[in-house]
Amino acid sequence: MDVIRTVETAQLRPDRVEFRPGDTVRVHLQVKEGGRQRVQVFEGTVIARNGTGVRETFTVRKISQGVGVERVFPLHAPTIEKIEVVRPGKVRRAKLYYLRKLVGKAARVAERHNG
Amino acid sequence: MAGPTQGLLGRKLGMTQIFTDEGERVPVTVLEVGPCPVVQKKTVEKDGYSALQLGFGAVKERRVNKPLRGHFARANLKPLRWLREIRWDPQEAASIQVGEVLKVDLFRPGQRVDVIGTSRGKGFQGVIKRYGNRRGPMSHGSMYHRRVGTLGATAPQRVFPGKKMPGRTGGRRVTVLNLEVMRVDPETNLLLVRGAVPGPKGSLVVVRRSVKEGRKSA
Repeated sequence: MDVIRTVETAQLRPDRVEFRPGDTVRVHLQVKEGGRQRVQVFEGTVIARNGTGVRETFTVRKISQGVGVERVFPLHAPTIEKIEVVRPGKVRRAKLYYLRKLVGKAARVAERHNG
Repeated sequence: MAGPTQGLLGRKLGMTQIFTDEGERVPVTVLEVGPCPVVQKKTVEKDGYSALQLGFGAVKERRVNKPLRGHFARANLKPLRWLREIRWDPQEAASIQVGEVLKVDLFRPGQRVDVIGTSRGKGFQGVIKRYGNRRGPMSHGSMYHRRVGTLGATAPQRVFPGKKMPGRTGGRRVTVLNLEVMRVDPETNLLLVRGAVPGPKGSLVVVRRSVKEGRKSA
């Protein structure tokens, strides 16, 4: 078990910022397109964090052209250049799956102050 | 058994995931492979085939019986927990001496290997778990749920050998072919292999150069 942990911790990204479910984040993602590399930004609300260690993932939800879009990112993926917290959110649960059923004004998350 | 191989003994440590340089997430099994001292050599002249008998794993001296202790003493080695023979190319085996220690650096990343282990014992199981048969309806008056179906027609008046029936499941030798070596760490004797490997954590595995190596669609 210990050995597994060493293999895993070697891959952790210590530069990952702290963020919680409810926060609005910008994920800077490296994408390869026909040999060319560029950075794509995905901005939305974090609705869940799953797993621990290298296996940790987080789900970001945004409304794009009227359609709900969710993406699951591995937190420690080397393809994620950086994660920015745009707006900390104040929520009372760890998984915000209820946001999927809500639209418009109801789907907003209150802002968290002082943290 | 296809042609001469080469391989090492190891222990399964468990699974995790790693990221490749391209950022791809890959499920891997972590194996502790070697160091494996050569305990005995089998040669074509003497035994009719070419193989190396390798040992692996520490064991208390008093856990080993006297004949085996003598066997290890002949190779000038301390007793080891596991002993297995692995077929070896006669030419490559020629340069390897008894007592020499083989390590993971035998393998390199990108290479394909086969991993042989003992699958987890599952006890006495029915035909659904054991062979993947389908079950009958659980309701609507059905009285046929998870049973074996027919044992055969009336004509031969007997059950054919090999008929799939309930019984001991798992706990047998399983070979997984053509796994990709993702990482090799000679310092910690670790070998990371893509995908799953049979057996529980801590169980003995044999890792050998894949028999499919060099084939077109490998």
